[in-house]
Amino acid sequence: MSASEVVAAAASDEAVRRRDHSAVLRIGEDDGERLEAEAGAGDTRMIMNMGPQHPSTHGVLRLMLEMEGETVMRSKPVIGYLHTGMEKTAENLTYLQGPTNVTRMDYASPLFSELAFSLATEALLGLEPPPRATWIRMLMCELNRISSHLLFQATNGMDIGAVSMMIYGWREREEALRLLETITGLRMNHNYIRPGGVAADLPDGWRDQVLGLMDALPPRLDEFDTLLTGQPIYRERLQGVGVINSAECLALGVTGPILRSTGYAWDLRRDMPYLAYDHVDFDVVVGTYGDCFDRYAIRLNEIRESIGILAQILDQMPPGDYRVQDKKVTPPPRARIDESMEALIHHFKIFTEGFKVPAGEVYAAVESPRGELGCYMVSDGSSVPYRMHIRGPSFVNLQTLPHLMQGGMVADAVAIISSVDPIMGEVDR
Amino acid sequence: MSNSVRHVPRDQLVETVAELRDEGYVSVLDVTAVDYLEHPGRTDLPPEVAPERFELVVTLISHAAPGRTRLRVQVPAGDPTVPTLFDLYPGTEALEREVADMFGIVFEGHPDPSRILMPPDWEGHPLRKDFAVGHIPVQFKATR
Repeated sequence: MSASEVVAAAASDEAVRRRDHSAVLRIGEDDGERLEAEAGAGDTRMIMNMGPQHPSTHGVLRLMLEMEGETVMRSKPVIGYLHTGMEKTAENLTYLQGPTNVTRMDYASPLFSELAFSLATEALLGLEPPPRATWIRMLMCELNRISSHLLFQATNGMDIGAVSMMIYGWREREEALRLLETITGLRMNHNYIRPGGVAADLPDGWRDQVLGLMDALPPRLDEFDTLLTGQPIYRERLQGVGVINSAECLALGVTGPILRSTGYAWDLRRDMPYLAYDHVDFDVVVGTYGDCFDRYAIRLNEIRESIGILAQILDQMPPGDYRVQDKKVTPPPRARIDESMEALIHHFKIFTEGFKVPAGEVYAAVESPRGELGCYMVSDGSSVPYRMHIRGPSFVNLQTLPHLMQGGMVADAVAIISSVDPIMGEVDR
Repeated sequence: MSNSVRHVPRDQLVETVAELRDEGYVSVLDVTAVDYLEHPGRTDLPPEVAPERFELVVTLISHAAPGRTRLRVQVPAGDPTVPTLFDLYPGTEALEREVADMFGIVFEGHPDPSRILMPPDWEGHPLRKDFAVGHIPVQFKATR
């Protein structure tokens, strides 16, 4: 009995029709071996396992591939290897501790999870952070977008065989991370954006450092162009590989660079502005063919757009408070604790039982480097979220893999996984 | 830019989503659920909606007139089943599998009702409020 027959036997007529034409292999995680054993002599298809320990799967992604020779027919991403129950953990952490948890989800762009969490909490509190906090958040997010896309350039190059790209991409990313470290104290998992504002004001000399990065990056991006964009081998590996169109993307709920690669201009920063993105001018980069090359080019050019946004943020950065002056939400400055009894009480209350958030439910979303990152939060009026759910763009985008890989080679599958740019920490949470 | 919340009875979910699709809601962004077992008191429901233990939350987005609509569906604990939205939006497949895995809500007509994050032989549904968080018992001297 072939794999498709086994699947068909267990389903209704309508479902059979759908599954036979589908790119998605819908069999159990350990059915592969059994089907292999039951396959007849005329059945040349086989189920191959790729991952979860595979260098090109960006973490612990496992793929079940139904192969006809070296061609991928249907496939199924198997996930959950990195599942640590972070949404359950969030139900035991106060709103002030929450960013420490969510920042570990998408570890390549942690500030976006912190931002979505903080925006959701602030919406429940009815709190408006001061303008400087908003602009600092934008500055940090754009720096983080740059570092995340540089990481993509590094790993994408490595997956395709342009191994030297790994060194260059990593080197440039480290420049961006060094700046994030100067500001937040940590290279990754910053816990910097918190409900009410940010953890600390920008340090002395931050402007020069941002300007330094903005000067250093563009020539290096031009080097990427020389190394990759015009290189025939690289183009041959990516162009026309893993093609998807806008309608398929929307049906699958895909957002971010994958959706934009199909020529569909949708970017939350422009179309549903949050923070102060309606005060900066930038282009939404779109592709034409929806293939791996477009997804590469979009991310490269989004770095350039982010550098443009950084310049505007530097011009418009307002003075003032970096966090809201609400004593019930914001811990008092250290020096005040020695002088004021109330400050000591507030400090103690905020760090032991946390601050109470009015009952309600809210969904807040931001445009992360991978697409729409949403935070759905339910409060019961206490100081810990009753329910906290992160809508991870990687989780949803991963559903495109079977559709992108169908009919391609295994070597293309590697290029396709890379171009989807999933972060497994966010997929499994 | 508008955000709205609608309470939908379970048996009208598919029709409502189909109507929204015709109105220009191009994507289902998110499908998740909440277990209200231990919630101290729900005040945000309109009077005609009877609260149940589970609530399914479906978030849709419209691009033409930018906005999101959130559908909230009450799902009773005794019969935790909901019709699948897979036929309207295939992108709900993984999201519904996650809700089924984490809350034990069954999506009728779902093409692949297997666990997605937990191991296939796992017992229980971790995000239910009565699912105990695992721990190693600590032996204190005083209790011996």
